[in-house]
Order: sequence, then structure tokens, then C-alpha cells
Amino acid sequence: MPYISNTDEERATMLAELGLNSIEELFKDIPSELMSYSFNLPTGKSELEVRHFVKGLASKNVTDLICFLGGGFYDHFVPAAVGAITSRSEFYTAYTPYQAEVSQGILQSIYEYQSAISLLTEMDITNASLYDGGTAICEAVMMAVRITRRKKIIIDEAVSPIYRKILHSYAANLDFESIDVPVGKDGRADRKIIESELDNNAACLVLQNPNFFGCIDDLTDLADLAHKSGSLVILSTYPISLGVLKSPGEMNVDIATGEGQSLGLGLCFGGPYLGLMTTRSKYVRQMPGRIVGETVDKNGSRGFVLTLQTREQHIRREKATSNICSNEALCALAALVYLTLVGKHGLRELAELCSAKASYARERLLKIPVIKQKFESPIFNEFVLELPIDAEDVVSKLMNKKIMAGLPLGHYYKNMKNCMLVALSEKRTKKEIDFFVESLGEIL
Amino acid sequence: MKLVFEKSISGKRGVRFPECDVPCAGNIPDKLKRKNYAELPEVSELDTMRHFTRLSLHNMGVDTNFYPLGSCTMKYNPKICEEAVLYKGLGDLHPLIPQLPDGNKFTQGALQVLYETSQFLSEITGMAEFTMQPLAGAHGELTGTMMIAAYHASRGQKRKKIIIPDSAHGTNPASAAIAGYEVVSVPSNADGVMDIDEFEKILDKETAAVMLTCPNTLGLFNPQIKKIADKTHEAGSLMYYDGANLNAILGKLKPGDVGFDIVHVNLHKTFGTPHGGGGPGSGPVGVKKNLVDFLPISRVVKKSDKTYALKYNYPSSIGYIAPFYGNFGVILKAYVYILLVGKEGLARIAENSVLNANYIMKKLKSYYHLPYAHTCMHEFVISAVKQKKNGVRAIDIAKRLLDFGFHAPTIYFPLIVDEAIMIEPTETESKQTLDKFIDIMIKIAKEVDENQEIIKTAPHNLGISRLDEVKAAREPKLRWAK
Repeated sequence: MPYISNTDEERATMLAELGLNSIEELFKDIPSELMSYSFNLPTGKSELEVRHFVKGLASKNVTDLICFLGGGFYDHFVPAAVGAITSRSEFYTAYTPYQAEVSQGILQSIYEYQSAISLLTEMDITNASLYDGGTAICEAVMMAVRITRRKKIIIDEAVSPIYRKILHSYAANLDFESIDVPVGKDGRADRKIIESELDNNAACLVLQNPNFFGCIDDLTDLADLAHKSGSLVILSTYPISLGVLKSPGEMNVDIATGEGQSLGLGLCFGGPYLGLMTTRSKYVRQMPGRIVGETVDKNGSRGFVLTLQTREQHIRREKATSNICSNEALCALAALVYLTLVGKHGLRELAELCSAKASYARERLLKIPVIKQKFESPIFNEFVLELPIDAEDVVSKLMNKKIMAGLPLGHYYKNMKNCMLVALSEKRTKKEIDFFVESLGEIL
Repeated sequence: MKLVFEKSISGKRGVRFPECDVPCAGNIPDKLKRKNYAELPEVSELDTMRHFTRLSLHNMGVDTNFYPLGSCTMKYNPKICEEAVLYKGLGDLHPLIPQLPDGNKFTQGALQVLYETSQFLSEITGMAEFTMQPLAGAHGELTGTMMIAAYHASRGQKRKKIIIPDSAHGTNPASAAIAGYEVVSVPSNADGVMDIDEFEKILDKETAAVMLTCPNTLGLFNPQIKKIADKTHEAGSLMYYDGANLNAILGKLKPGDVGFDIVHVNLHKTFGTPHGGGGPGSGPVGVKKNLVDFLPISRVVKKSDKTYALKYNYPSSIGYIAPFYGNFGVILKAYVYILLVGKEGLARIAENSVLNANYIMKKLKSYYHLPYAHTCMHEFVISAVKQKKNGVRAIDIAKRLLDFGFHAPTIYFPLIVDEAIMIEPTETESKQTLDKFIDIMIKIAKEVDENQEIIKTAPHNLGISRLDEVKAAREPKLRWAK
């Protein structure tokens, strides 16, 4: 086997050093009746054969459709330099930087990532990342419960249903009371219901901007309401939109989370992704996950280390702020390289590009007489169309024209069977959008 | 090194986007826009490449250095696994496609990867079925403990506690706590394995499960493991296998045969996927037949026409624990790894990892205290107590190793060994590398008597000296600001 470098002769020498005759003797603690001697698995293959086989599997997936599918996971352009950096094996074959002096590369990159996300969200402190945008909300909710010592969770139904389902599974064993608040008619969070639910049992209010339907809003008033009742506000964000949209910091939220996939990570059938989490300075000791801090070495030179570790499982065990051990360091590195390349002005430009394409697509699509706008709120790069027929049929028919038209919403919202969520990124050209509009017009 | 923010010069750009080709501008109302630009760096592509390439040169990885970090299984990661994720049709596949009408048909290759990997893992661990969804080992533990709760609830019971040995990883008790359990710790006996008498005293009708790493974090296989499993089952409780140390028994022993009911596997340890500087990992969870109903949604099934599909209707399931199907990119690498290694390779992995560990242990035991002098599995723990008497601690030895081009072993874990140094060489390292490491460890042991100062002030050769962790924690500086 090529990944074991010792020869039979070397193994024999090593066994002789141990005073043993066979490798089996090393396994003598395992009762022989427990040993397995047969495994129903394929025999090993050469790299050449495996490559051929896996390329064959890849070709069974269809990825050459024009993509208007979003739902929180977007087909953005990834500059080549991102992969050039993340494929450096000094980074990707390292582990959690326990030995800071030989891990300054990863540590400084995480520190820079923490800084970049804090600047993007205009929040104080960011951790070294969590698994994904969904589990990040769960961690944020558990954090809010710890801080407020309350157990009622108020969730806007326009928070991604994919994430709400995860939160419900997490909450099942923790005796949380969770209230899902239906979205208002205009696509914005329903102020009235939320206000009535915000009592002195409420640990947190969970919101999303842009919300799952693509609607954008200023949530400052809700943050103020929540704070009046002593509860925290958790806001799930879409980082690209923050190139132009009002930031979580400006809206005065307590914890911002988000899915970092759009920041230079491929769609990769659902992962690995990147869970963003950022908060106010006063809550940093309740934060889950790794955090990197700046310090100095013995000569006073700047360096970076993992810090505030007394929050974490390897020290606090069952009393830790979370069970999380890893972070998504390589994905955080990709996001940092991406944000560095795109830069201060580039991110604004990119966000405006996405927004312009979405405005154009929406305007043209709504000119098809039988299509209605579901929500009247302003949007960023995604919007809901109300179709005259089942959205599944529409998507199905357009697949034949090599268009992934969007996400039918009936699967997630019972009363939205005819609704379809359409997303735009900078990658969609006017020609593709026009083709989509014409094709949709033809089938309706 | 300067931060990338400190290299920023107004007006520089690292990437150019296409001109806007649609006639309208976006119509975001001003009151919904941010006041100030996010102060991201302004640098060129070359500046970016230089900055991050230089950072990479300040980092050790398995590809650059021996990395005997105990409990982490830092084996070599075959490059073909990295390549596969870049293939068109895999890395660029949208996760919501299966939710579209007939969507499964557009993702057959990816679903096959998920299905077959779960089948391989079931066979390797002796489980009935796997979920590939958990996004890391600790996430797998949480998923497992959620299933434990669901299992007991289905039998009309709400058991309160989970038993965990004192040598366990911190994630075990932390995961149990998030699933709502009380944690009861069992001490280890003089042989370094869970004390069975103490265990039996604690085991009762309130015990939901027993969570074990096997071999344990001292690298020892508990010969009484079957008895522990039987007692646990007699009490109506479940056996949870933390797969952190699966590398030691790969192709030799199926945890299912021992009586484990739930298993999580760390693909980034055992199945050759890189650790990524701390992630992404992947922690699939397997269960015996009686727990299959509780597995998370969705599940990949193989239909009678040999096509693959996602299914969602499982009323007893613990629900969704991740947005999609797991860390697909990581799972794909592990799948490729298993195809390369094959059934005959698995046992070779275990054999060579155990041989390498025992070889180092034998060579070091007259220089360092070996608290449990017994044949080890894939890793072992020595202690710097002898050296501590002379003023040198485990951390000093770790830092001194860095000077010689070795990553340090895990130190101060497991918690039950004073001044612990936990060494795991893995199967991929050669005798030549092990011999060099042994020589340096012996050299350091001698330095304790001859030139202590050089150890206590290590490292010396890295361009950075020992970092002040206390200052970092006392005066937290956690970000750059303009």
C-alpha cells in the first residue's frame, strides 16, 4: 500500500526491537473472539483507476444548468487566488494551532478573519468560525439562553426553514420554548406579534436579513423592542449583502451569525461551509468556539495564540460554552483571502452588481402578466414570484431547458405551493436572464 | 508579520468584476444601506498571494513535518483525494438540487458517494446504518446523544445521566450536556482503563448510555470491554463509541461486535482527510438496527432500480442536525481514500500505526516515565514527571521539539496523567522519521541534566520565541481596528 512507507524488512527490525515475532502479538489485548477477519469491502485500487471511477461519478451530476437557485447558498464567482492559497498544504495538513510558535500562519489568518468579519458586520468580536450558518444560529440561541437565563426563543418564520429545523432538533432536549412567528404580508417581520411575544421570559429574538424570501429590512426597531424586554437579538446575515446593506452592528443586534459559503467557497453539495458568529465585547466570554488573540513573544514581537480557552470543552468539559472542538479554519482562510481580494470597494461593487441583476430580472419577470410579486418589500439579490401554477411544474419544465429556475417553496411553506424563490449572482448575464424570462413566458 | 490590513493602500484592487450588463441599478432604499464601507483591505492580487504564501511558511503541516499529535491521527493525506473535490460535477453542485422536482436524478453521482461511504463505514464498524450529516466529531457526539435521548423516550423513559471515564475527550461530557444529560465520571484503574467496580456502582436505571473511546486516550485497549457492554445492556442502557481512536483497530475489530450501539467516526482522523488547520472535519454516526429509526433526516436510499434518492419521511427521527448531507467535500475525500486503501489495506493501517507507536514507546521508556507500561495501541502517553523534578515541564519539552523540526505531541492530556505527553505517530511515517524523532527526544531528556535553560527558553529557531498566552487571555486583543 503506497501510504505506508515501511518495508517488510523495516517492520521485522522494529518487531525484533520489541522482542516480538509477529504484528499480531501487538493486538493481544483484544480478545480473539472479538476480532474480525472479513470485511465486505472492495479491494484497493490504483490512483489511476480511482480517478477514472470518481470522474465517472462526477459526470453523473448535472452542473451545467443556468443557476437561479439560492435559498441561502449562492453561485458566486471564486477568484483563482483563493484556491491557490487554500491548496497550500502548510495550511490544509495542519491541525488546530495548539503549538502557536509553529502555527503562526493559521493563527494570524484566523485573527485577520476575525477582524474582517467584525468589520463587515460592524460588530465587536468574531470567533474563529463554527460549522455552518445553521448550527451557528443554534449556538447563538444557546448563548442567549446562558446570558439571559431565560428559555423562550422567538423566531421569525422568514429565518431560513432549513436552519429553523436544525434549531428545533437542538432545542428538543433542552426544554426551550420556541415560538415561530409568521411573516407579515409585505414579507417583513411582523412587529405586532413579535412585540406581544417579547416578554420577560424571552431569551432571544431570531431574525434574518435579507430574509429567506430575499426581503430586506431595517430591524433596529425590533432590536430596541427586544432589549426593552431584556432579551437579545440574533441576526442571521448573508455576508455579500453587507457590501451595501445596513450592518448588524448598525441595527444594534447582540449576536450576528451567517453562512460564509458565499465568501469564496464552492457550493460542494452542502459543505464544507463556514459558520460566522460575531457579538458584542461584553458577551465574548459566553461565546462558543475557538478565538485567536494577539500577544507577544519573549522578545516582545507580535504573535498570535488561541485564547480565552477557559470557555471551551477541553478545559470546562460539561460546563463549556459549547461542545464544539474544531472550527472551519480552512474555510475561514478561504473567506479571508476572498474578502482581501475583493476589498473595501470591490465588495460594495459586487453587492450592487447582484442587486442590479436581481432588480432587472424581477422587473422583467413581473412583466409576464400571470406572474405576481409575492412580497412588496425591497430585495437584495433574491425574490419570490407567485405563479399561476404549481412552482414545481415550472421548475421541472425549465430544467429541460437547462435552467434551474429557483426553489419551489411549497416544500417549506404549505401555503406557498405556487411560489418560487429566484436568486441572482454576479455570474448571471443579461443574456441568461433574458433567456430565463422568455422560457418562463413560453411555458405559462 | 504585518497584518493584511496594515498593508492596505487606498485604491488597490485584487479582483475585477464584469461591467454591469443590465440596464437597471439596484433599487435598495438609502435607509436600508450601510453608512460606511466595510474597512476591508485594499491590496493587489500579488500582495494577497505574497501575504498568504508567507503566512503559510510560518506553519507546520503533515506535508512539511512529523506531526505526532496524540489523539488527532495526523496521517498523510493522499493528494488524489484533494483533486477529486475539484472535479466538475462535485465541487460545484448546489445542495438544493435534490429538493427540486426529479432533483435526485441530477445528483446521482453525489448521492452514490454518500450512500456507498455510509455502507463502507457500516461494514468497517459493524453498524446497521450511518448518517453522514454530522459536521465534525463533536457534532457526531451530539447527534449520537440526541439519538440516545430519542431511543429512551420511545420506550417511555427519560434517563438522566451518561457515564464517561475520566480519561475521555472533553467533547464527550460537553456533547452529553448539550443533549440535556448529566455527566457522571468514572475513574480509571491502575492499569489505565475504566475501573469496572466503580463503573458497576454507578451504572443504574438512570443511565442512558456509556460513552467510551476504545482504545482509550492512553492508547490502551480495555480487555474487559465486552463485559462492560453486557452490563450496560443489562441495565437497559446504550454503548456509545467515540471513534477518535478507530485507526488502531481498523480492519481488526468492529465496534459493533463488541456491543457498541452507536459509533461516530472522524473522517479527518481515520480516513485520511486533511485537518485543515482545525477544520473542516466530518463526524458520521452509525447505529445498530434498534436505533435506525432515530437517525437524522434526510437519508440516502438505494432503490430497486439501482438509482439513489433522498428520503425525508421518518417520524421517529431526531430531525435535522445539519443543513444538508454533511460536509460533502470531506466525505468525498474519505470515500476516495477507502477506494484506494481497500479491504486489505485497512488492517495494514492499524498494524503499522500500532507497530510505530510501540516502537517509539520502547525506545523512550528508559528516558521518560511511562505511567502505564503495557503494549499500546496506536498511541501512548509518557509523562515528564521525572523532568519536572528537575524543573522542566511537558510544555518545555514540546517547545524544544519544535526547534528540531517536529510538531509537538499532545500535552497535558489525558488529564489523569501528570505532565502528559501523548504521542501518535500514525501508520504513514517511516522508521527513518521515527528514529530521528526518538533521537531528538533522547537528546532533550539529556539536555534536562546538561543544559536545562535551552529547553526552558525554547523554541529558538523559528523566528518567534515562546508566546505569552497569559497576556493574551488577560488583555484580550481579538481583532484589528483602524
